[in-house]
Amino acid sequence: MATVPGVAQPRPTPSALAATRILLYRNYLSYRAAWYIFLTGFLEPVFYLFSIGVGVGRLIDSFEFNGETIGYAAFVAPGMLAASAMNGAVLDSTFNFFFKLKFEKLYDQILATPMSTLDVARGELAWSLLRGGIYSFGFLGVMAGMGLVSSWWAVLALPATLLVGFAFAGAAMALTTYMRSWQDFEYVSLATMPMFLFSATFFPVTAFPGVLRWLVEATPLYRSVVLCRELTTGALSWDSAVSVVYLVAMGVVGLLVARRRLDALLLT
Amino acid sequence: MISAVGLRKAFGDFEAVRGIDVEVRRGEAFGFLGPNGAGKSSTMRMIAAVSPVTSGSLRILGRDPAEDGPAIRARLGVCPQEDTLDTELTVRDNLVVYGRYFGIPRSEVARRADELLEFVQLAERGKAKVESLSGGMKRRLTIARSLINRPDLLLLDEPTTGLDPQARHVLWDRLFRLKQQGVTLVLTTHYMDEAEQLCDRLVVMDKGLIVAEGSPLELIRGHSTREVAELRFGVGEHEALAAKVEDLGERVEVLPDRLLVYSDDGEEVIARVHERGLSPVAVLVRRSTLEDVFLRLTGRTLVD
Ligand SMILES: Nc1ncnc2c1ncn2[C@@H]1O[C@H](COP(=O)(O)OP(=O)(O)OP(=O)(O)O)[C@@H](O)[C@H]1O
Ligand SMILES: [Mg+2]
Repeated sequence: MATVPGVAQPRPTPSALAATRILLYRNYLSYRAAWYIFLTGFLEPVFYLFSIGVGVGRLIDSFEFNGETIGYAAFVAPGMLAASAMNGAVLDSTFNFFFKLKFEKLYDQILATPMSTLDVARGELAWSLLRGGIYSFGFLGVMAGMGLVSSWWAVLALPATLLVGFAFAGAAMALTTYMRSWQDFEYVSLATMPMFLFSATFFPVTAFPGVLRWLVEATPLYRSVVLCRELTTGALSWDSAVSVVYLVAMGVVGLLVARRRLDALLLT
Repeated sequence: MISAVGLRKAFGDFEAVRGIDVEVRRGEAFGFLGPNGAGKSSTMRMIAAVSPVTSGSLRILGRDPAEDGPAIRARLGVCPQEDTLDTELTVRDNLVVYGRYFGIPRSEVARRADELLEFVQLAERGKAKVESLSGGMKRRLTIARSLINRPDLLLLDEPTTGLDPQARHVLWDRLFRLKQQGVTLVLTTHYMDEAEQLCDRLVVMDKGLIVAEGSPLELIRGHSTREVAELRFGVGEHEALAAKVEDLGERVEVLPDRLLVYSDDGEEVIARVHERGLSPVAVLVRRSTLEDVFLRLTGRTLVD
């Protein structure tokens, strides 16, 4: 007797939101034992703030930014805020993402379940955001405690750092899918280090001549720094709007590329 | 449960699966046998709805994997050839988190995880890191993991490779029980005893094609003689002596360490060998097995 195959009864599968939550939970479990790694990521920008913002700041009287006079520490702090959001996002989306993709084969495992490559990309991005968000929240607290926040607009600085994290995590994940070995990660420092030093983090962009200034203004970290600084000082301009559009686009493109690359790499 | 027609899989210019027809019915245990590189895993990955079909048609559980991948995978249990465990999590969390990927509620998944750890005899290792497990234990964990969603169709790619004999027998017993509960099993293996024990039907694959199909018994009847006489001579003599016994059976196979003479009466073959003044170091008469079928069809032994 030939049995009728019959169409399978649908079983409930996780929604996009549930899928993201599960990946967050998985990452939380894997990090639970290594909480101190979390702590160092938080402390790094705080140390910069104290050494450069406060220490070097003693040598600088005051500062003009978007027509307002602010202390040097108040100028540097939002730069560190943006940079820490970048670093938090990039760390998880490059090294850790690469390890899970190529060595641990974590995503091969996950894709055998109802989860999709989009679920994976989204979930990992959400994790980067969560981690970056926790750092930024703590750092904003330090800034407020030191009197470096001078506007209620600063309330929006937290979502702004999430946006920064989103943009960098998306782009970093997309680029990481093209990496072949650990050596390729030299390029990551090669990209982030100069950005960290020159994206109007420690001195204003007006210090750059002509073309060089345009170049700096087009970097994602500069866009992030401007956004954070305008919010924490309350000196808002159209630059922030440009930054928001720029960062949203960067994150969305990164996410979509990452997803397509995961398809190509894993669903062979 | 599975229906493939003209199924192909190409990686670039290379065709790993070159047009196979497979029909797996509900509740049966179906096996893929074949030498290394035959295309078994490539086929299994297509059935698991993680590897797109190059051409031909494939339906799993009545659905098209290109359209309904998640719905299909929700009902599959997959034990891949290479363990893909989550090395950052504990043994038990591997099961719990994997179950959560299927959307199984937390309390339910916790219950099943404990049950499955018991089943694969890893209950005491629940809190251990995966890295601290031996190869065989990792394999058992992978098998446990494939059962967390109570699958209707279980895909096992070389499930018992790396297991010790006792663990293999325990697993066979459990698989047999799953089958009785109506779970359809599809497995690949290099062990003919496993195929004979577990499979109702199997196909032998070679170089991306199916070269034979049937129940273990049918395959043995169709592709081999009733008995086999194994003759062991001195090292290096087998090749030369093959010609001298060629006419004694339907067929002679030369292996590095022995000659196999296929005949319906093995004792008769041995008697004639001695009559010809040949004196093998050791002789053995046995029934034909799947191993012989395999050798005949692919020119290779199962475990090489
Ligand atoms: N992703 C891939 N890219 C390119 N070639 C591949 C890929 N996967 C498999 N192949 C090739 O396809 C052929 C069949 O491989 P497959 O893994 O399906 O064999 P198998 O029957 O499972 O063998 P084994 O018994 O060794 O597991 C091999 O020649 C292999 O090199
Ligand atoms: Mg294989």
